[in-house]
Amino acid sequence: MAFAIPKIDYTGKIKPITLGKGPKAVNLGQEDTYPFHLFEGTMPNLPKIAIEVYDIAPDEWAEAALEPYKDVVNDPVAWAKKAINEYGADMICLQLASTDPNSQDASPAQAAETTKKVASAIDVPVIVYGSANQEKDAEVLRKVAEECEGLNLILGPVQDLNYKQIGAGAIAYQHTASANTPIDINLAKQLNILLGNLGVQDDKLIIDPTTGGLGYGIEYSYSVVERIRIAALSQGDDRLQFPMICNLAKEVWKTKEAKTGDTDLMGKSSKRGIIMEAITAMLLLLAGADVLIMRHPDAIKVVREMISDLTA
Amino acid sequence: MALTGIQIFKLLPKTNCKECGVPTCLAFAMNLAAGKAELSACPYISDEARAQLAEASAPPIRPITMGEGENKLTVGGETVLFRHEKTFVNKTGIGVLITDAMAEADVASRIKQFTSLKYEWIGLILRAEMIAIKNVSGDAGKFEALARRVMAETDAIPVLMSDNVDAMKAALAVCASRLPLIYAATAQNFEAMAALAKEFKCPLVAKADDLNSLSELTDKIVAADVKDIVVDGGARTVKRVFEDMVFLRRAALTQKNRSLGFSPIVFTGEITSDPLKETIVAAMLIAKYAGIVILSDFQGESLFPLLVERLNIYTDPQRPMMMKEGIYPIGNPTEDSPVTITTNFALTYFIVSGEIEASRVPTWLLVMETEGLSVLTAWAAGKFVGDAMGIFIKKCGILDKIKHRKIIIPGYVASVSGDLEEELGPDWEVKIGPREAAHLSAFLKLEIAG
Repeated sequence: MAFAIPKIDYTGKIKPITLGKGPKAVNLGQEDTYPFHLFEGTMPNLPKIAIEVYDIAPDEWAEAALEPYKDVVNDPVAWAKKAINEYGADMICLQLASTDPNSQDASPAQAAETTKKVASAIDVPVIVYGSANQEKDAEVLRKVAEECEGLNLILGPVQDLNYKQIGAGAIAYQHTASANTPIDINLAKQLNILLGNLGVQDDKLIIDPTTGGLGYGIEYSYSVVERIRIAALSQGDDRLQFPMICNLAKEVWKTKEAKTGDTDLMGKSSKRGIIMEAITAMLLLLAGADVLIMRHPDAIKVVREMISDLTA
Repeated sequence: MALTGIQIFKLLPKTNCKECGVPTCLAFAMNLAAGKAELSACPYISDEARAQLAEASAPPIRPITMGEGENKLTVGGETVLFRHEKTFVNKTGIGVLITDAMAEADVASRIKQFTSLKYEWIGLILRAEMIAIKNVSGDAGKFEALARRVMAETDAIPVLMSDNVDAMKAALAVCASRLPLIYAATAQNFEAMAALAKEFKCPLVAKADDLNSLSELTDKIVAADVKDIVVDGGARTVKRVFEDMVFLRRAALTQKNRSLGFSPIVFTGEITSDPLKETIVAAMLIAKYAGIVILSDFQGESLFPLLVERLNIYTDPQRPMMMKEGIYPIGNPTEDSPVTITTNFALTYFIVSGEIEASRVPTWLLVMETEGLSVLTAWAAGKFVGDAMGIFIKKCGILDKIKHRKIIIPGYVASVSGDLEEELGPDWEVKIGPREAAHLSAFLKLEIAG
């Protein structure tokens, strides 16, 4: 039997969103095909990479992950600038680790001040992530939203118990909400509906379906991202037609396998974590991620090359 | 192409003899079409009909099994485009390339890595299965000698790569017991290569420059009576390889194209010369449909992540990965070390054991069989509750390993502590641990501090 390209018809399209502002604003969405299936559709906006910046110096990072940032870990502004200027970050993801009640429990005012300092010093979009403690994030991100009016941030993780507070803050001060649910397509849809009912506009919403790292649940994330994208494009599910963001670096690098030193079996520690990060990112891209929150410059570089090769 | 129930019905005896266990031939035909019955249940079917039906009911992507002894590999046999639809069944075979023109040190290091890089992960052994042996020298003797060496020093499934039919024959004579893969039949030499495949009963790679000529080639090979085929569509860029993988999978499953219903092999070293990028290309191919990936080289830091990725992608989404029930000592615990308990969902175990390790507090971790459910789900399902936990703690053997009688339970199941105390008896103290594993480290440090 002769070969004919087996194309499929799609019934949906991802909604367009713009993150940040000015010349470095990032456009996402509008794809009308599965990832990199350019023989049957288009991806007008390619996936983007956000580099992580922490508001406090990280402890217990693998040496390989720390190396590229060791001169800037105590200064989030310098860290963000280095990520943009040297490693080409499309966006910055400011992880407000200091606000975790089990860590320093830093105040919302402090977090807002750091955020404002970082976001004002750079021109790429800034994703601001709390500690995923729902109560604390409600206060922290509410305050960040207010203090950073006009900076067009992306606030997250917005979850089932704090979506009203953070969502209201995002609406009032023109930020984007990153709607986070625990690896479940139905919960993802439900939270999108709730945020819509609250008044979050479609162009101010991005889905964070929760990311597991390689060996630690990537298969669940891979399939939920794939299912959300299929529902959006092939089943015309309007409430899932949003770009997706995957907060993957911290999941990969916290694992024992990324932190273990050199061994005969596990090879070089200086490369292993990078490979684990890049594989996790590659899988999420194939499934349908639009924004990857990443850490190591070498992992970022190879993932960029793959995006560019796949869309050549 | 799969037949409908009505089409199958036409081939049956139509006697409604009921001997197959259902009342009518039509009902039996419907069951066959749905994959709920076996043709052999019908005692009266003609040989001709049997042949027709067997052909029609063959899997859309032909499964091929290679190897011998403990290192066997089946590729193909996939039935879905997306793993959540059912599952990916036959994991991508992973191998490394050596050539008969390579420096001895390069060959030796690849063979050493191949044989030594094996990983235990949730009770499974993760490893590479194949070594591709390429005849670059043009010398049949060197090729055969290298094949002999692979047979002697490894249990690898060989992929024999040569355009030279005589060289191929000599190497096949050495390796045939392992059902090596013959690489490759092309439009020019397929008759000779197919004859070798028949003679040695080994699978054959059909190689062409594009999928159209590939489908013509596989038709010719099948006509030459060789059915165990693996394919190489000739693409050597990331974009074209990715597209070919999607095309092949879809052609087989959605277009029922028998000429392309074969598992693909990809040589990642022919796509890029950058080792990191090659690993990521391989990672892409594991998720998107390659049957076999041959790397130009691998090290522990690249093979281990690829093997874990493969395990993850090929895990049945309906069935969680599970740990074996038992006692897991972390950090050389002693008779005074704390004891904690969790469920046998592999992810739960990974996270909990990772946090215990990070705390550097030697600890006994008891993993209880809960059918792979996480802590809260297992509790809700009545499997991770006080009396069951108590029975498990007493019989698992931990009593012989510790002096104290204290057990730390996950914070999420604090409500079972009463029942657990009752089951364990008055010697025991049940302590409520944190809800989130992330806080376990701090908890354990406090625990041993006082």
